[in-house]
Parts: sequence; C-alpha cells; structure tokens
Amino acid sequence: MGLALAPDRVRTDALELALYERDASMLTGEASVVCFPTTTAEVSAAARVCRDHARPFVPRGSGTGLAGGATPLGKVPPVVIVTTKMNKILEIDPDQRLAWVEPGVLNLDLSRAVAHLGLHFAPDPSSQQSCSVGGNVANNSGGPHCLLYGVTSAHVLAMEVVLPDGTVALIGGIDPDPDGLDLRGAFVGSEGTMGIATRIAVRLTPLPPCVATLLADFSTIHEAAAAVTGVIAAGIIPAALEMMDATIVGVVEAYVHAGFPTDAAAVLLVEVDGLRSGVDACTSEVEAILNSHGAREVRVAADAAERAGWWKGRKSAFGAIARIAPNYYLHDCVVPRTRLVDVLDEVGRIASSRDLVLGNVFHAGDGNLHPLIVFDRRVPGVLDKVHDAGQKIIECCVAAGGSLSGEHGIGIEKRDAMNLVFTEADLEAQKWLRDAFDPDGRCNPEKILPLGGSRCGDVAAVPPGAWV
Amino acid sequence: MRKSLRSFADEVGPDGPVTVAGGKTQWEIGGVPAPGTREVSAPVGVVAYEPAEMIVRVGAGTSLAEVGSTIKEGGQFVALEADDPSHATVGGVLAVGRSGYRRLGWGHVRDSVLEMTSVSARGEVIRSGAPLVKNVTGYDLCRLWVGSLGTLALTGEVVLRCLPIPRAETWWVGRDTDPFAVASQLYRPLSVLWDGEQTWVGLAGHRVDVEDQARTILGPHFLPTDGPPPLPGALRRSLLPRALKGLPSQAGVGAGWLAQVGVGVVHCSADAAERIGPVVPPSLEVSELQRAVKERFDPAGRLNPGRSASRAAQGVSA
Repeated sequence: MGLALAPDRVRTDALELALYERDASMLTGEASVVCFPTTTAEVSAAARVCRDHARPFVPRGSGTGLAGGATPLGKVPPVVIVTTKMNKILEIDPDQRLAWVEPGVLNLDLSRAVAHLGLHFAPDPSSQQSCSVGGNVANNSGGPHCLLYGVTSAHVLAMEVVLPDGTVALIGGIDPDPDGLDLRGAFVGSEGTMGIATRIAVRLTPLPPCVATLLADFSTIHEAAAAVTGVIAAGIIPAALEMMDATIVGVVEAYVHAGFPTDAAAVLLVEVDGLRSGVDACTSEVEAILNSHGAREVRVAADAAERAGWWKGRKSAFGAIARIAPNYYLHDCVVPRTRLVDVLDEVGRIASSRDLVLGNVFHAGDGNLHPLIVFDRRVPGVLDKVHDAGQKIIECCVAAGGSLSGEHGIGIEKRDAMNLVFTEADLEAQKWLRDAFDPDGRCNPEKILPLGGSRCGDVAAVPPGAWV
Repeated sequence: MRKSLRSFADEVGPDGPVTVAGGKTQWEIGGVPAPGTREVSAPVGVVAYEPAEMIVRVGAGTSLAEVGSTIKEGGQFVALEADDPSHATVGGVLAVGRSGYRRLGWGHVRDSVLEMTSVSARGEVIRSGAPLVKNVTGYDLCRLWVGSLGTLALTGEVVLRCLPIPRAETWWVGRDTDPFAVASQLYRPLSVLWDGEQTWVGLAGHRVDVEDQARTILGPHFLPTDGPPPLPGALRRSLLPRALKGLPSQAGVGAGWLAQVGVGVVHCSADAAERIGPVVPPSLEVSELQRAVKERFDPAGRLNPGRSASRAAQGVSA
C-alpha cells in the first residue's frame, strides 16, 4: 500500500488504527491499515492493492455515521480508505446550478461556498458542520429541510466512483436523462458497499427569497404531535417541521440560550419558505392550525439572528445532551405521520419501564423519529437495558407501519432487523444489486444485509463484542 | 375485483419470455419485445389513498387519469405526466422513466416513488421502499427499476407521494426574449420551454406570487396562454442545460424541437433529432455494470427480451 500512496498517508500504528475502529456509533471493529488518498487514481490504486491481497476495505468520510456503516468488519481486518483529504470544491457552475466536489468536502462548507451566488446544497443533516458530501451520498442523508427539498438522492446528478476492483466509472450525468439504468440512484444510499465516490456533481438549489420560522410550545406531547398531523393534513408542506420534547428543550436552552420555553412539554419549529405572499399565507395558516391544537404560544422569528439561534439549538441537541449523561443512543425510525401520537406514547413507556432517560428531537413533518436514550455506560447493566429498549422501539415503529431508518442508514446497527421489514426474497434482490457492483464481497462487508445469506433462516447476530 | 399481486406473480411465472403491457402509449421505446414473448397485465385500480399521509397505493396498471381523479378529492396530485393520461399507466410511466414538461418544477418521476412491489424473473414478489415519505432502509431498487423498461422485474404495485395542488398554475408565452435569463430570474418555475423563437413559462404557487413573478420578470413580452404547446415529436434528447443555447435553429415555422430550459431535455421530431445528434451511449465501464445488474436480476434474459434500458445500445433513436 505504501507504493500505491505516499507512505506518510498510509498508517498502521496501533494508536492510529484504534482511531478508525469505529464511527460515531457504539459499534467497534478492527482496521488493518488506514489510508488517506488525495486523488481518484490513489483511491483506485488502494482498491487494487486490496483486490490483489484479497483484503476487504471500508470507505470512510468524516465518520459521523450513527449506524456503524464505517466501522471496519470482515473476516480479516479491512483497510480503511478515508476521503477526508479529498476536500476540494472542484467547480461551481451557477449557470447550470451544480457543483463538482470531492467526497471529503463538508456539507456546510459547500453551502457556504455558494451562498454568495444565492444557492445552497439542500440536504442539511444536523451534523452538517462535520459530515462530508461523500458520506451524505453513502447514506442518502436527509436533515430538517428535506421535508420540502427531498433527500440527498434528489440532489446528486453524477458521480465518479471507484468500484471494488479499482475500476473507475462515471455514473449518472449532468445531462437530465443519461442513457440506461439509473446506477446513480442505486449507488446513493448504498453505504459504501458498492464502491467509493471520488467526484460528485451535486445540484445547487436557489436560496428562498423569503423565510418564516415559527416556534410553538405545547403543554402536552400529544397536542404537539396532533398539530404536526394537522399541518400535513391541511395540505401544507413546510420547508421543515421539527419537534423537541421537554428533556431536549431543557438541555438545549441551557446550552444555546435561544429563548426556548423550558416549561413546555414539547416545542415545534416550523419553517415555511418561498415567495412573499405564499409564505405569508402559509404562516398564518400554520399559526391557526398550531393554535387550534392547543399551542400555548406561537412566535415568529423576528429576524435572521433569532431564526439562526433556534436552528442552532435544534442542531446542537445531540451535543447538549451530555449535560444529562455522557452517552446517548440515537434511533432513526420512520412512522406514518398519523401514528406519531401513539408511537411517541409507546416509546415513552418503553424507556420509563426500564428507568431510562429518553428525549425526543426529530423531523416530525416526515415522521422521522429520533428517540434519544441518555445513559452512563459505566453503570453496570445499563447497556443491556439500552439495547433492549432500542430493540423494542424498533419493533413498535415497525408494528405501526414504520421503517428502520429515515436518514442514518442500516450499517451494522439495524442489519439484523432488516428481516422485520423485508422478506427473504426482497433481501435477496437487494443482494443481486450489491453483487453486481461487488462480486467478491470485499467492499464494506457485513453491512446492511443480514449475514449467512438472505435465504438462511438462522440469521447471525451482531457479535456480542461489537457493542462496546 | 382487482387482480392480486399473487395472481399477477402467477401470471408472470418462473419461466418463458414475458412482458407486461400497460396502455402501450410509449411501447416502442427501447425496442419492442421479441416475437413469442408472453404479454401479461398488472393489477389495475387505486388500492388505498391516505390524504393525511399524502400517499396513494395503486396497481401498476392504473391510468394516470384515474389516480389523478381519485386524489383530486383530497386536494392533491402526483407529479407524473403523460401525453395521454387516460391510457398511460403508472407502471408504464415509471418503466419508461421519462418526465414531462414540468420536470423543472416537479423533479424527476423517480422522486415521486416511495415503494414498488414487483415480480422478479423467478416469479417471486419482491418489494423495495416503504409507504413512508422518508426512508433509507436497504438498497434502493425503486430507483433502479424506474426507467429499466421492465428488464429487471415487472412492477405490480406502487406507492406514490402526493402533493397539494397549487393554488394557481398559469402559463405564459412570449417572443423575442432570452429564455435562459427568464429561467434564472424566476423563483422555482414549473417549466420554461423554448423552441428557438417562442418561450413558454409555467408558474405555480400562491396566486399573488404567480402574478407578481409574471408582472415583474416576464413583463409585457409575455401573454397568458392555456398551457404548454403540443410535443413537436415523440423523440427526445438529453443535453447539458447549457448546450441548449447551441440548438440548431431553423428559419421559419417550427424548428422541430422544444427544449426544457434549466433541465436539458429536448423534445424533437425525427428530423430535428438527427440534426441534434445521436443518443450518447454509456461508457464501457457503465455498460459493464448495467450488464452485471441485468445478469443478476434476470440471468435467463426472460424479462422483456429484445428491449433495453439503454436506448443507444439498442440502436433505437427514441
């Protein structure tokens, strides 16, 4: 590998390997080599070295993933190929509203770089200050504003990808209808199991001329959830519709001092954007719906600073939670929007019956829950309770007609739960796609699909040691 | 009674060449099935419409018109377009995967799909996606199936995302204007079409906003019109949005093409298609990936034999 890349960008000492043994999840694996290519040719060379030595490899961006997608697993410890040094914006094309970027470019850096042109990259995960566009592609990431603008897949036009055998292919296209199958759409969200995107053409979206952000507080979670359902049922699609419960509002307010009402049981953050009249009409309509569902107060952000403060609060929730306890476990289920009330009730019961502290901060408008269990892993036995509760939360969401992940992906974390939502035939068809790109199964192995072959009834569990 | 997915799967069966026919409104695209190919039809009808969830579940054989009239009662629509919505089916429109005139505003047809249930080459029912507006659970086979012309699986049922019908949709037509400047100044227009002489603009949203945009940006050069012009021909080409500026113009009436400004799709007659150039074939690496995908989904080549999702590879000018 030292021949494929400059030797100082190939690391094998124990301390460095340990840094790459997991991502932002609690799932730990083992890396054999970590390398930091700077060009497509180097990524391809690294992939060919792996092929020649029958060694698995794991693509990694910023490592902010929460499902273990970048945790190195394999029959032999994989090579981790890190894209953080490929962080250049290659071309900004305001005429055609697109940009070519390297995969390590940070999500927010891209939006900042094009803001002066009145454009932005619409997917905005909470981790956007640190997550990379390559990671967004791998996980088909969302964020609050994908309620209106759509998830990453709708914003990726083309990609240059290095396939598991080192071949370089350009998939998709910056013309509207590239000929043939939509391999681009199949690649986005494949969690690094089909290759590594080394150059990405993303769509840039005009910044809305007018934005209104509303903050509503409720004395019960029920009323807040019903208000969410009410807004959607009225045929309004806000740009974002977020909920935070009392646990979250408490820690967030103490952290950012954005003026959130700390005595509320739940707070809704609603944003509408577009042209002036539409925004005004929509704002009054949303305000009326929130009031009719029992909002104690509805405030409209007076200026950009107040709006930014509210969003900063919302997006720092996962860091602020450390005020309660050092560790958290964040889920990412999706449920039908009309089932929010029941599911939130049940999720609350699952936590309280196990004496666990649980907060909710989530994309209510699209039913994407983020129950957050807060704990101190040093307390004996607490991890078992956390995982047991997590499993029950998944089962409860699936029973309500929901799905395993709205934006974080499956990775290792939910791999063995895939059988809850897909049949063996469904999973086998997914494997056909994966095998077409990675016939040897060397690219990010043991992710997404249950092990032991999808036809195998005896599904291997996540190894006990993996949960550290 | 609506045909069940199970009986649709039984009709497809595990062997023999087979195709699924919808309204046959775009039947020739990608080639017609080889002689001797058995023709089956997908379930027809709206299975469930949930206005509060903004989703609708339909048999793939349901016409766009039927879907539209069902969900109109809930004040909603689906962002799929066809020339002949009474005959074009949801399954057909998705199999072909071509967006209509409103792609600039609505996005690609694939972005309206939440779940697809198809029958595999083995005759098994396979599902991808979920009836939820947001979901990244597992590999996205729906994206792969849209535009695959039924060469990877035959789709029986689809869950589509519904959107609120905009309060106003107006169309304008003007001459002697720069369609590219107009497109860049308007905020999220529905459509900007250009035939080298005239520019048609579709605007949707709140009535006052639509009127404001028309007055301040389109100005007196534009007059109200009923809607977009008819297609100049059944063919189309996919160009870089910037390359539309270099489209071959022809003096006099009708250049034979109509370009979607800001998108890059050019609808054209056979003559104009020839002047614009052939469909660009995929690279060798991409062709190889497409072949690998096809081989795994349909090793015996029994699904829509004679048809290819790659129009260039097929030598078909459509």
